[in-house]
Amino acid sequence: MRRPRLSEFAVETLIKALGFSTIGFVLLIFLFLLREGMPIFFQVPSGNLFGPRWYPTFGIFGTLPLILGSILVTLLAIVIALPLGVATAVFVREVAPRWAREVLKPVIEVLAGIPSVVLGFFGMTFVAPLVRDVLHAPTGLTAFTGSFILAYMALPTIISVADDALDSVPKSYRDAGLAMGATRWQTIWRVIIPAGRSGILTAVMLGMGRAIGETMAVMMVTGNAAVMPDSLLALFRPVRTMTATVAAEMGEVARGSTHYHALFGIGIILFVLTFLINLAAASAIFQRRRKGGLR
Amino acid sequence: MTANPQVRISVTGGGSGTGIASLINGTIQIANASREMSAEEIAEAKKNGITPVRFTVALDAIAVVVNRNNPVSSLTLQQISDMYAGKTGRWSDIGGEDRPVVLLSRESNSGTYVYFLEQVIRRGGAKSKLLFSPATLLMPSSEGISNEVTQNPNAVGYDGLGYVTPEQKVIAVARTAAGPWVLPSAATVFDASYPVSRPLYMYTAGEPSGEVKRYLDWIRGPAGQALVTTLGFVPLAEARQ
Repeated sequence: MRRPRLSEFAVETLIKALGFSTIGFVLLIFLFLLREGMPIFFQVPSGNLFGPRWYPTFGIFGTLPLILGSILVTLLAIVIALPLGVATAVFVREVAPRWAREVLKPVIEVLAGIPSVVLGFFGMTFVAPLVRDVLHAPTGLTAFTGSFILAYMALPTIISVADDALDSVPKSYRDAGLAMGATRWQTIWRVIIPAGRSGILTAVMLGMGRAIGETMAVMMVTGNAAVMPDSLLALFRPVRTMTATVAAEMGEVARGSTHYHALFGIGIILFVLTFLINLAAASAIFQRRRKGGLR
Repeated sequence: MTANPQVRISVTGGGSGTGIASLINGTIQIANASREMSAEEIAEAKKNGITPVRFTVALDAIAVVVNRNNPVSSLTLQQISDMYAGKTGRWSDIGGEDRPVVLLSRESNSGTYVYFLEQVIRRGGAKSKLLFSPATLLMPSSEGISNEVTQNPNAVGYDGLGYVTPEQKVIAVARTAAGPWVLPSAATVFDASYPVSRPLYMYTAGEPSGEVKRYLDWIRGPAGQALVTTLGFVPLAEARQ
């Protein structure tokens, strides 16, 4: 009896150590990010750091166009992806016959597995020329093109989380709705979607988290011009996102230079934004749990 | 590598800045660069105990390219400068169709970016504070530039002559409005009649010795220079004679 206990103890300790080391690594990465990024907030006056022009080679570190660029692309992506995603989830969960559901669910999951560089290339060679021709924009490499590709990438996340949310709506709600004489559409629109709305909100937050952190595809299709988005027309003009900036410039900078710290500073800003989004998503999940999945 | 199987060469991509930063960090033996190291970079390398030594290995022309359907086929340096500084908004201002100008550039980590800014946009003036227009699209690769120029009639881009493909139209460039307008080629770079050309460098960490020296001797010798020509760059003067 001693041997199994000893091995059990060993395995338990190992698993515990591995579990805690994950947290440790995350903490270390966070500390590294802080150590490399914080100096920029002291080295560069905030008027420059949050100014409207980004010319890092010449000591002009205005991150505002990059922050706004990221937010613009992400929000537009959600505006495109939310109706599509929720509609798909409703179809898969409420409308589709069983066999269609069995086919659709795995296909949607495969969507999530397409490498972003492939989508980026598709966007660059196919979507961008289309955007230019149809909208008569000077170039097809625009915020809209980026949002379009991002929406596609956020869709699988939104669909599967929204699907789970609809799944957790009790069957009695549907029955009650139909028993009251509501049509199927009225039941879905007035009862089921409102009941699952906090889950749908979580889906949106997670989709947003995915979109704001995406790099490769965005870098390939948004044109990367650090212009201030000043009007609605900016949607159809090039933008430069935070992620694309870090990815494009990190390879070049001399370690320890102001530019180097500025890129990590962008990393901190991005981290804070993503953290806030995830926090909002987590609190939505928490509320849903507390109310037992109702309302 | 087939001729010298005992030597292994690893090549990493990135811009000139990438190579120079790695040389300063002491992780590599040779850095290819399309611009000279700045005084600060050299000072930083010396602080790390590395003395960079510069070798010119080839010459390169910077070609200005547009879409094949663009009627504009020649520009002066001043016109190119105005365009990239954002002063020329439409092609009709410089004799083209009534279309907006879409400026393309490589990312700021490319030596081509710095060279183009100093020699073309600022016209070599040390006091000039002109910058690339903020509306300039920064493409992560030469592929991105050629792709956009090939399909967008509004676009104008620049890149090393070795990267230009037949789907793009190369602009003839003149120093002044009086001409002559010259297309980039090995001959026009060599006799300096094409105004936008530059040397390409390899920086070594300290005076080269052993295999690094043999490699540099090879690339600067007839065999290496023949390869330079095949790749669309312009060989060094010594090799041509």
